Amino acid sequence: MKYVDEFRDHAVATALAERIKKTVRRPWTIMEVCGGQTHAIVRFGLDSLLPRDLTLVHGPGCPVCVTSVSLIDQAACIAFAPGVIFCSFGDMLRVPGSHGDLFGVKAAGGDVRIIYSPLDALELARKNSDREVVCFAVGFETTAPAWAIAVTQAKQLGITNFSLLIAHVLVPPAMEAILSSPQNRIQGFLAAGHVCTVMGYEKYEAIAQRYRVPIVVTGFEPLDVLEGVAMLVSQLEEGRVEIENQYTRSVGREGNRQARSLVNEVFEPTPRTWRGIGEIPASGLRLKSAYRAYDAELKFQRELEQLTEGIEDPECRSGLVLQGLLKPPDCPAFGTRCTPEQPLGAPMVSSEGACAAYYQYRSHASARA
Amino acid sequence: MDDNKPFELACPLLIASKQTIQLAHGGGGRLMQELIQDVFVRAFQNPMLEALHDGATWQVEKGTLAFTTDSYVVRPLFFPGGDIGSLAVNGTINDLAMCGAKPLYLSAAFILEEGLSLDVLQRVVISMAETAREAGVPIVTGDTKVVDCGKGDGIFINTSGVGLVPAGVRVLPTLIQPGDAILVSGDLGSHGVAVLSVREGLTFDGNVESDSAPLHQIVSDLIQSDIEIHCMRDLTRGGLASVLNELAEAAEIGMTVDEAAIPVSESVRGACELLGLDPLYVANEGRFVAIVPASQAEAALAVMHRHEAAKQAAQIGVVTSCDPSMVVLQTVVGTHRVLDLLSGEQLPRIC
Repeated sequence: MKYVDEFRDHAVATALAERIKKTVRRPWTIMEVCGGQTHAIVRFGLDSLLPRDLTLVHGPGCPVCVTSVSLIDQAACIAFAPGVIFCSFGDMLRVPGSHGDLFGVKAAGGDVRIIYSPLDALELARKNSDREVVCFAVGFETTAPAWAIAVTQAKQLGITNFSLLIAHVLVPPAMEAILSSPQNRIQGFLAAGHVCTVMGYEKYEAIAQRYRVPIVVTGFEPLDVLEGVAMLVSQLEEGRVEIENQYTRSVGREGNRQARSLVNEVFEPTPRTWRGIGEIPASGLRLKSAYRAYDAELKFQRELEQLTEGIEDPECRSGLVLQGLLKPPDCPAFGTRCTPEQPLGAPMVSSEGACAAYYQYRSHASARA
Repeated sequence: MDDNKPFELACPLLIASKQTIQLAHGGGGRLMQELIQDVFVRAFQNPMLEALHDGATWQVEKGTLAFTTDSYVVRPLFFPGGDIGSLAVNGTINDLAMCGAKPLYLSAAFILEEGLSLDVLQRVVISMAETAREAGVPIVTGDTKVVDCGKGDGIFINTSGVGLVPAGVRVLPTLIQPGDAILVSGDLGSHGVAVLSVREGLTFDGNVESDSAPLHQIVSDLIQSDIEIHCMRDLTRGGLASVLNELAEAAEIGMTVDEAAIPVSESVRGACELLGLDPLYVANEGRFVAIVPASQAEAALAVMHRHEAAKQAAQIGVVTSCDPSMVVLQTVVGTHRVLDLLSGEQLPRIC
């Protein structure tokens, strides 16, 4: 298949792996930011092609994984409200909140529907004018433009029974939070190619210089990841600190200007609590005042008031996993008390979650036994 | 009033609503008799059904019988390449075929929702009749129930089937041996993607048609050609990955599968890439995996290739004695990883 097969070529992969082996002379620890990259690494076994001295650490780039328990509780509360059609991307439905997941809400009679596009949810609102359509707006900078389009269209069309419960997060503040942690051991980043497709990589230039870490904007196919790693280790070995772009077929320095201006028109930064990590300043998005009427947190203020602070399962170490401080198989609950069927935390159920990737693609027979 | 005529309530509304299924269609009375005669018996036409007995009877040959049942709840009822009716016939025929059996007879039980358009029911029943006729497996007994509006989803169908296993044929996971070849009968994932392409809220352009097809002729030809089939399994929900895991577990053997050798069409790959699905877990309704001695792999593939539904049959891997109960995938980039059972549900209600 065009644009896929050429980025999964066996011979090129072997050549890139050789190039990396020849380049690496010292131990390095690098982080791939995005969960999509983590899945490519684990699904295609790319780490088995890399030298032992090179440690790949999986980053927080899975929006479903970092959504706080309190927000999932809010989602469940709204989904139970009379007359509500609650829309979510499928991944989110199995993520445990304090009292179960959204599939549980659906089973108990809540009208919870899986959507694939924000505009489908808007269409649902148009067709069901007597119902309140609420969307769980989850994602990084990649998904934000689509939600922005849905909200601007709702306003233009005068659709008022449509609102967003926003869990949107931003990548650069999370990278800074990791780099400023005293436990940080990350020496270079593979930045998330799709986030940069929208936002560009200007913002990363300041991060690279401030924290003296090289960053390579990287795609998601196996050869993208291997080439990104090759470029990053070259920088590390040569002592360079630069922003390089491996994913040139998709990313420009300024990103997609139209998408950025749309996001800026509708959203503004806000503090956001990340699951297992805590609050990071200006790391989330909220609706600007002109669009506040579409904010589900305000619309359902009365219902949400009764909620108490969300409770994470104390056994779940997703915070450490999301910061790259723990590999999923090293978690004591991995594959035993925490499985995709009975997850303790979101990284075990999201399609971009690191724990799910290891569970799905690596042998966990020993853990099962 | 003419005293000779039986008393009848006449209401124009009632007549109009005859175009839809009413609770009375399942009530055992006149409406139900009409439905059975006008819709089911007329479409399925065969002497065993026309006896309208409580069940079908026939003389038993000496040998081993196979018996299977399956229920069908696919949504939407009609999808590119098939519908719930053809699916219900093919699915049960295939379950019998996978036992090595020649399918003999089917039953069909319908759970209809009040308010269902009679026209929709007719289309489904005619599709079932045509599929059964083409496959040469008559539907000889059945049942109809009607549930209140809102308590069903149009039509649910259960089909059961009885088949005869030819003398000397044994098809069991425990017969799988290290060194055996693993064959698939065609390209994967078309059914799941075809159903998904017409799901409410997710329409996308594509020319993917369901692979729904009866497999008994292919199996019969393999047996006639003296292929020593150690095991077969049709690839329905959970796709290839789930079936290989089930077999590896049951036979306590390992399997190594070559990702590059697994046939998947461009359209299915494209749709799966877009939706984040793995074609190895997507459902099929006209594909099966056959495990045969390595020495017979080529001959088995040659037999399969003679059939339209198995034109793309291919060997995708081998049975090994290492890592018992585990399926290992050699990826397209040359690395190895576990091909595990699916966790959760990729696509609900696709069959």
